[in-house]
Amino acid sequence: MPDLNQLYAAVVEGDQKLAIAVTEEAIAAGIPAMDLINGYMIPAMDEVGRRYECEDYFVPELLLSARAMKGSLSLLRPLLAAQGAEPVARVAIGTVKGDLHDIGKNLVASMLEGGGFEVYDLGADVPPERFIQAIREQRVSIICLSALLTVTMPSMRTTIEALREAGVRDEVKILVGGAPVTQQFADQIGADGYGATASVAVALARQAAGVAAHH
Amino acid sequence: MTTIGEMLAQGPLLTDGAWGTQLQANGLAMGDCPDVWNLTHPDAVRAVAAAYVDAGSRVVLTNTFRANAIALGDYGHADDLVRVNQHGVMLSREAAAGKAYVFASIGPSGKLLVMGDVSRDDLRRVFAQQAEALAGAAPDALLLETFSDLDEALIALDAAKSTGLPVVVSFAFDSGKQRDRTMTGLRPEDAARVMQEAGADAVGANCGNGMEAFPAVCARMRTASTLPLWMKANAGMPQMVDGRAVYVEEAVSFAAHLPGLLQAGASFVGGCCGTSPAFVAALAAVWREGACVSA
Repeated sequence: MPDLNQLYAAVVEGDQKLAIAVTEEAIAAGIPAMDLINGYMIPAMDEVGRRYECEDYFVPELLLSARAMKGSLSLLRPLLAAQGAEPVARVAIGTVKGDLHDIGKNLVASMLEGGGFEVYDLGADVPPERFIQAIREQRVSIICLSALLTVTMPSMRTTIEALREAGVRDEVKILVGGAPVTQQFADQIGADGYGATASVAVALARQAAGVAAHH
Repeated sequence: MTTIGEMLAQGPLLTDGAWGTQLQANGLAMGDCPDVWNLTHPDAVRAVAAAYVDAGSRVVLTNTFRANAIALGDYGHADDLVRVNQHGVMLSREAAAGKAYVFASIGPSGKLLVMGDVSRDDLRRVFAQQAEALAGAAPDALLLETFSDLDEALIALDAAKSTGLPVVVSFAFDSGKQRDRTMTGLRPEDAARVMQEAGADAVGANCGNGMEAFPAVCARMRTASTLPLWMKANAGMPQMVDGRAVYVEEAVSFAAHLPGLLQAGASFVGGCCGTSPAFVAALAAVWREGACVSA
């Protein structure tokens, strides 16, 4: 019998190797995937969020924990799919056209994957057409836009306008974030949600997907 | 070569303000690589430095913040690396016209070591390459600015020091509830202490979250280090007006923090994102009024 508390510890400490090893043992022992996720991994990410809130953890620790979670989920996802379990929602994420920065975008993408979303990472410097394509072809229901520069923030607006012109704006919820982005700006450009830090991304996306939060 | 100590022999020095927003005002389009303008629009680049010298800057930077192999590569300009860096130094040198020192800007890689996005050896190579290119055009110092990660800063410092030029290392404290940590959680006092131990010639803070927070950051660095302190605040958080990001902090209220910054031990003071020659002129005006107490 694997020690499942080690799975919790591995996610909290950001130890991807250990997370994968314990998950493999648990699968071999026949422990249901949902028990691992709900009993150990989600509580672990909650603890990571708590440590972030009290400034014990910062961006690198969040990234490492999300990566550990992702490693474990990559093993569990096929099992969940075989049981007919659906992802929380499908998300397309990218840094907007003209902006090459990707640390924040990568962090949010990892957090969302850790939170049970199916994430299509479109990369950086993403033209609006790529988001439109993701809505039409991948049937994503949430679009996440990132920008680090004040000069590229208007690209968020043009992306949303392009979605509207293509007639797909109302098929998705649009979430925005990035260092210079504010709630005021998010409201002005007609986004559906804004997160000041990556730690709130999962809660925001669950809300956008119409799923109740865990608590 | 002039040491940082010799530069500061007459007291603190006024540095410059933002470059990106000034280049945009001169036509730099969104998504263009500003550093490549050193080759394609040299007059516009020289004009930015000249405007700061006219406003009273005694230290001007170079338009080379992202002229490293990783960032230039992303823009498809890796082959121009040496020329972009050397022309950057030359243009600021011409604009300085003997009235200001030229500190050559080196920004972070944009990649995270801890995530394995880039290796330590990659970073060593990338920073050494840019530092050597800049040193070839003989700036007065190298400035590592807007750093977040201590390990990356140490690698960059090591590479920069091997040129023999004075090296300033400046961090962006923009995270945490008090906005007094870098993105990776680094505190001002730890940054200052470690950089001094590693042989930096000056240490400081730039960008961040507005001028208001800077006197406290400066004082905290002073408790942990005897090095000259470099302070360049941005103009707060931008707000959107007519579809453009506008920094709301005005030059006069920005400059009003100068005496507090000098009392906290700053040796170099200027502005970062959102500041302009008007901000430097406002700092110069406060400076002339006698705020310039010797630190």
